[in-house]
Amino acid sequence: MAQIVGGITTSHIPSIGNAITNKQQDDPYWRPLFDGYDRAREWIEKVEPDIVVVVYNDHGLNFFLDKMPTFAIGAAPKYHNADEGWGLATLHSFDGDVEFSWHLIEQMIPAGIDLTICQEMLIDHGFIVPMSAIWSHLPEWPVKAVPFAVNTVLMPVPTAQRCFDVGKELGKAIASYPEDKKVVIFGTGGMSHQLSGERAGFINKAFDREFQEKIANDPESLCKLSHTELIKLAGAEGIELIMWLVMRGALGKSVNVVHQNYELPISNTGSGIMVLEPA
Amino acid sequence: MVWVKHDYDDIPGTYVFGGRRSAQGYPINKMCMSFNHDENRQKFKKDPRAYCAKFGLSEEQTQAVIDEDWLRIVQLGGNVYYLAKLGIAGGGGTVQSMGAQMTGMTVDEFKAKLLAYQKD
Repeated sequence: MAQIVGGITTSHIPSIGNAITNKQQDDPYWRPLFDGYDRAREWIEKVEPDIVVVVYNDHGLNFFLDKMPTFAIGAAPKYHNADEGWGLATLHSFDGDVEFSWHLIEQMIPAGIDLTICQEMLIDHGFIVPMSAIWSHLPEWPVKAVPFAVNTVLMPVPTAQRCFDVGKELGKAIASYPEDKKVVIFGTGGMSHQLSGERAGFINKAFDREFQEKIANDPESLCKLSHTELIKLAGAEGIELIMWLVMRGALGKSVNVVHQNYELPISNTGSGIMVLEPA
Repeated sequence: MVWVKHDYDDIPGTYVFGGRRSAQGYPINKMCMSFNHDENRQKFKKDPRAYCAKFGLSEEQTQAVIDEDWLRIVQLGGNVYYLAKLGIAGGGGTVQSMGAQMTGMTVDEFKAKLLAYQKD
């Protein structure tokens, strides 16, 4: 049977991707952040996952405001990157696991999670930055991938509670897959940041640290946060933190924190890297 | 016809992106999406006003785009994730320089403000 061996939380800020491309990991500004990724990589090399489910939001590559699914899942044999408007070199494609994706779809929709099914899906920096942060040193991605996109762009985005509940069903679906596969879930985005308005450049370190503590030990309390509370506390784009709850819901009742760090500012953002294992 | 108010509408300095802004800003954001193709970035650079007209931006939206007045663009329905594409198509605006302009700071002042959070 498939087994969830752990979860990783990480921001997916484009500037992290640029730092990797430009090999700046050892610059004084970047080193503390990449120390966190080094610890996550050590853990992942130990658990050797076969499949990674990446919970992320698209920023205008595959989805646009013309059609905005609340939750969307990839069911493609390949996932390609493309120009996001920045003229950057595109990264090589990720292999999907079509049968595994369809199993998740066939379990989750009857359980009440109305996913949008995507047999073609371009993946943007929200998906790629976390994967590059762990595996950019390898010539090929060593895992198969399932993109799991959440609308965090256009209100109303799903509630924190809904994300947690979706994560629980995702966890059940993974655990019922008949093949022996080790699965890691990435919860990406956040932490606190606001990119526009007169309040641009807002970061809330105390809230981020508390969120890290609670995502491990008391995720139910985070589920009670309304969108307005989250935006006040974490900034307009800090609402991406709801995606961490999808990952956390999938991991089950209690978890062990294998690694945790927090750095700011990474670009405009508070950045928290955590490695969690089901207890 | 009335836009129903939300409690997130009153967060100071914050323009939460929902139905009202998405409806108003649709032409701006759709134009930004077109910049995923380099030939469109070049067309925009050559004649920004004509390119805005192709996507049906209002005169006010067009002027804000040409002036690179980021706060005004956001107030008129632009979403920052898509505006990041416009910043680059127009020649060098980054999310950080947009943030600096929207807060009335230089980029260096804006970076210093971000760094100061380390002390919190």
